[in-house]
Amino acid sequence: MLSANMTELAYLVASILVILALKGLSSPETSRRGNMFGMLGMGIAVLVTLQLDGVQNYTWILIAIGIGAIIGGVAAKKVPMTSMPETVAFMHALVGLAAVLIAVSAFLNPVAYGIADVLGAMHTASRIELFLGTFIGAITFTASLVAFGKLKGFVSGNPVTFSGQHLLNLALGIVMIGAGIVFCVNESPEAFLLMLGVALVLGVLLIIPIGGADMPVIVSMLNSYSGWAAAGIGFTLGNNMLIVAGALVGSSGAILSYIMCKAMNRSLFNVLLGGFGSDTSSSTSGGAAIGERPVKSGAAEDAAFLLTNARSVVIIPGYGLAVARAQHALKELVEVLQSKGVKVRFAIHPVAGRMPGHMNVLLAEADVPYDIVEEMDEINPEFSDTDVALVIGANDVVNPAAKTDSASPIYGMPILEVTKAEHILVIKRSLSVGYAGLDNDLFYMDKTMMIFDDAKKACEAMLHAIE
Amino acid sequence: MCGSGNCDLAAHAAMMNDAAVGSTTADPIVMSFTVFILAIFVGYHVVWNVTPALHTPLMSVTNSLSSIVIVGAIIASGPVEMNLATVLGLIAVGLASVNIFGGFMVTQRMLAMFKKRG
Repeated sequence: MLSANMTELAYLVASILVILALKGLSSPETSRRGNMFGMLGMGIAVLVTLQLDGVQNYTWILIAIGIGAIIGGVAAKKVPMTSMPETVAFMHALVGLAAVLIAVSAFLNPVAYGIADVLGAMHTASRIELFLGTFIGAITFTASLVAFGKLKGFVSGNPVTFSGQHLLNLALGIVMIGAGIVFCVNESPEAFLLMLGVALVLGVLLIIPIGGADMPVIVSMLNSYSGWAAAGIGFTLGNNMLIVAGALVGSSGAILSYIMCKAMNRSLFNVLLGGFGSDTSSSTSGGAAIGERPVKSGAAEDAAFLLTNARSVVIIPGYGLAVARAQHALKELVEVLQSKGVKVRFAIHPVAGRMPGHMNVLLAEADVPYDIVEEMDEINPEFSDTDVALVIGANDVVNPAAKTDSASPIYGMPILEVTKAEHILVIKRSLSVGYAGLDNDLFYMDKTMMIFDDAKKACEAMLHAIE
Repeated sequence: MCGSGNCDLAAHAAMMNDAAVGSTTADPIVMSFTVFILAIFVGYHVVWNVTPALHTPLMSVTNSLSSIVIVGAIIASGPVEMNLATVLGLIAVGLASVNIFGGFMVTQRMLAMFKKRG
């Protein structure tokens, strides 16, 4: 049995290890060691907690940990990399639910947590902390479930909007906070349950108006919430380890949300209000023009000819690449081009894929070495010195309207400046619009050649033509 | 028993202690709040240094880290006597461990994919 001071110091060691885990992610070389630090820190935290005075129920606790370990382990081995966004959303839901269960348990038995006086009444400060931890956890739980459903396709990815939606949310928010205040004043169980119930409903209502295109922001934001929920529980328990880990996760998620918003030129507020992508007016008005404008299209053989004769090629992959499962065929194409002396690099837009960094993982899975994969800011100055820009399954992130057309809804969004390249190849199934529902002038440029095919088939055909 | 300096120090400490009762001792919640704000500060600086290529592993690992709530769950399920509070705690222990094991393992799996040329 460790003394209270030793326990605190052990938690301090665990907290430092957790910080090192995040620090390791500054480069792929140090990241694996960082992850080991994270596991070690978590292990220490759990062991230290198990030896606490009040913890006696070892058999059941170890059974619960064991069941969780088996489920988590199997899921971690099996989940395909394309499904990472919904997996992460689901995991956020688990954290939220766990936080709610702990809060309810603390409410039922405050003495076990040492947050009540001798008569069993909770301290006022503890009530406030419990209120915060509970409602953040509850919103994280249901909001993440809806985000999971949208990403997985269980529920429509389209925004669900109705009149008075924001007013309803506001009213519910006021009821929730009001009930929370009543609970803080008199520890009323009814107020606690009302607050919890409203928070659960609010989690659903907050996410349904948000469209599929904005899910990267939402997943990052829920990442942040799950951290704040953990910190909230940490305040309730007066446990620094929980507070530190929760604050780290909370700020990490907040930074990721900020980066995603910036990459889409949207404010977080604008994303949260929802409805983006449901506005069909721009696409229908542009609909007449689609198909009437002249487009230069070519076969895979023409594209292969351009690629083999280029000095430098930049590939811009989008989520369409992953949907078509074309990563491996593309990687072989890259290797053949490299063996012919062509300099090949990948350009990744921050919102490529369905979550931050998703495209990098998908390319890494296909054994594309990470040192030829460049971020937007690194690659943009290089396009003017690029012979061929090959766009595969990407659309809005290369739409020049973001730079030139101040009337465009995506005006101001940072894009990959492929128009500066000598030649542009676009592999796309049809001239259909992207997430933002916009036509793309890039497809109609003189130096652009469209290859209307499935990404995987097109890559295989190009590979075949070169060999 | 004690040198004059030490005795003075002890007397001084006792005086400080007396003064500390009441106004100068911070509430535990203020100490928690201090730790909270400092940790946000550390998080801010560490996370901006994470390379964008590793943002997906960052999310899966932070997921594991927020499952540190397992500490609270273990305390909730600590008493041997089984009642609603302990059962809820045990469920929370299970949920959090799914996340801890799943999160770290899937992160490790992803990080192992990132290789250099050649």
